[in-house]
Amino acid sequence: MLSVTDINVYYGAIHALKGISFHVEEGEIVSLIGANGAGKTTAMHTVSGLLRSRTGDITFMGESIAKTEPHKIVRMGLAQVPEGRRVFASMTVEENLEMGAFIRSGKDKAGMDEDLEMVYTRFPRLKERRRQQAGTLSGGEQQMLAIGRALMSRPKMLLLDEPSMGLSPILVQEIFDCIQEVKKGGTTVLLVEQNAKMALSISDRAYVLETGTNFLEGAAADLLDNEQVRRAYLGA
Amino acid sequence: MDFITQLLNGLGLGSIYALIALGYSMVYGIVQLINFAHGDIIMVGGYALYVMLVIAGMPLWLAVLAPIVVCGLAGVLIERLAYQRLLTHNAERISLLITALGVSIFLQNLFMLLFKSDAKTMPPMFGSGVFELGGLSVTYSTLINIVVSVVMMIGLQMLVNRTKIGKAMQATSEDAGAAKLMGINTNKIIIITFAVGSILAAVGAVLYCNTYPQIKPTMGNLLGLKAFVAAVLGGIGSIPGAMLGGYLLGVLEQLTKAYITTEVTDAVVFAILIVVLLVRPAGLMGKNRKEKV
Ligand SMILES: Nc1ncnc2c1ncn2[C@@H]1O[C@H](COP(=O)(O)OP(=O)(O)O)[C@@H](O)[C@H]1O
Ligand SMILES: [Mg+2]
Repeated sequence: MLSVTDINVYYGAIHALKGISFHVEEGEIVSLIGANGAGKTTAMHTVSGLLRSRTGDITFMGESIAKTEPHKIVRMGLAQVPEGRRVFASMTVEENLEMGAFIRSGKDKAGMDEDLEMVYTRFPRLKERRRQQAGTLSGGEQQMLAIGRALMSRPKMLLLDEPSMGLSPILVQEIFDCIQEVKKGGTTVLLVEQNAKMALSISDRAYVLETGTNFLEGAAADLLDNEQVRRAYLGA
Repeated sequence: MDFITQLLNGLGLGSIYALIALGYSMVYGIVQLINFAHGDIIMVGGYALYVMLVIAGMPLWLAVLAPIVVCGLAGVLIERLAYQRLLTHNAERISLLITALGVSIFLQNLFMLLFKSDAKTMPPMFGSGVFELGGLSVTYSTLINIVVSVVMMIGLQMLVNRTKIGKAMQATSEDAGAAKLMGINTNKIIIITFAVGSILAAVGAVLYCNTYPQIKPTMGNLLGLKAFVAAVLGGIGSIPGAMLGGYLLGVLEQLTKAYITTEVTDAVVFAILIVVLLVRPAGLMGKNRKEKV
């Protein structure tokens, strides 16, 4: 469904991604794990078109998106929950969700209401706070809002960049449960995490990145048992 | 009564500053660019009006549409030709600033070439009478300035808060990267912002020419600077801030002229502004924005 081949991404003179490749098949949850600064966020931004690779190619559903503008990539069905949530702080919860549905026609009021209900059912706390400014929400609520917002575009594939960052264990569990439900709902998931243990436990496959290169890859269950992974990323 | 008269005169002048300040503030909010060419857009609007009214002899109602169209197009053209490449390639702020100054100098010289550098006089347009009530005495043009600016601002608020495009402008202003991830074509939003800002400036130009019936190629310098100061005073990036800053600057200027000094008005006004900004560095309605990536 998504195929990333040999991408090289630079920030000015900094060579952040040195020829990494990965792919995600329809219906999978695939994780990218790796230490801080490994290049995970850079990879996500490049897939969404916010950054450009100098080499290689990125295809989504068989079409190259390496030169496609970000807003068109969203229209093709690829949504991202960015690192740090990045909700629109001065807008209300509901306005944020409406922005998530930006690509849909303004006339589709029924579809919008239906999807708002879907998000509110999944995250009842957002419904209670629907008229509240997003900037006043707690970190966990903002993460729920960021996920709900991305789901409002009815994506075929969802990218999540460190959704568990800074959250309490209970909230982390809630977010991961939600990711599994998203998958059951038919949306393919590409997950970036530093919390490798949690990520691997819900993933089908995973890639381990190290300083901008592919380090390891395989079935999630195998990586959980892998000696190198256990030592470096699972603290075992 | 004299004080109220002066206050109204100040608001009339401030209405023009406010309309121009909105363009600085909106553009800054979206792309963090101080568009120094924005002051010259007013000058372009003034000449568009002059050409239609004096040279072509068009009726007034038709002539006032010219600045709206010409300024809107000029704003879009400037964005596309001068800024867009710099913005999409994340150029340094200083490059943008120098480009903006370059566009400003280019426009002024272009209009000197086309129309000579001496001032042109505009014919009387509308509201030349005086409104009197009790001891109150203000020109109709002052009242027209206030009413038109309030109507434009209500319209702008509705555009920004009620429409899908307006919400997308807010989102782009708050976090352009996140806005792109929502499927918003931020390039298009930037162009619309330049167009809207320039159209507001065009309305300001018509009001200005009606109130102070003289135009010249360098008229945008001081007018632009004052409107920019008004935007900073209100909190640059904030739409209500730009309005408040504009009105406040006009009132301060008028009251200073009436009760303190007519010779160094600008010095007194700017001194007051510096003090305000020392106390509130982000401006009256500005938020301390966090840096975005
Ligand atoms: N905006 C930026 N400018 C310069 N270097 C950056 C920028 N963003 C990230 N980097 C660098 O690129 C590398 C990869 O960063 P990132 O993709 O954020 O890693 P991760 O998400 O895995 O923590 C790091 O060395 C980081 O310092
Ligand atoms: Mg990261």
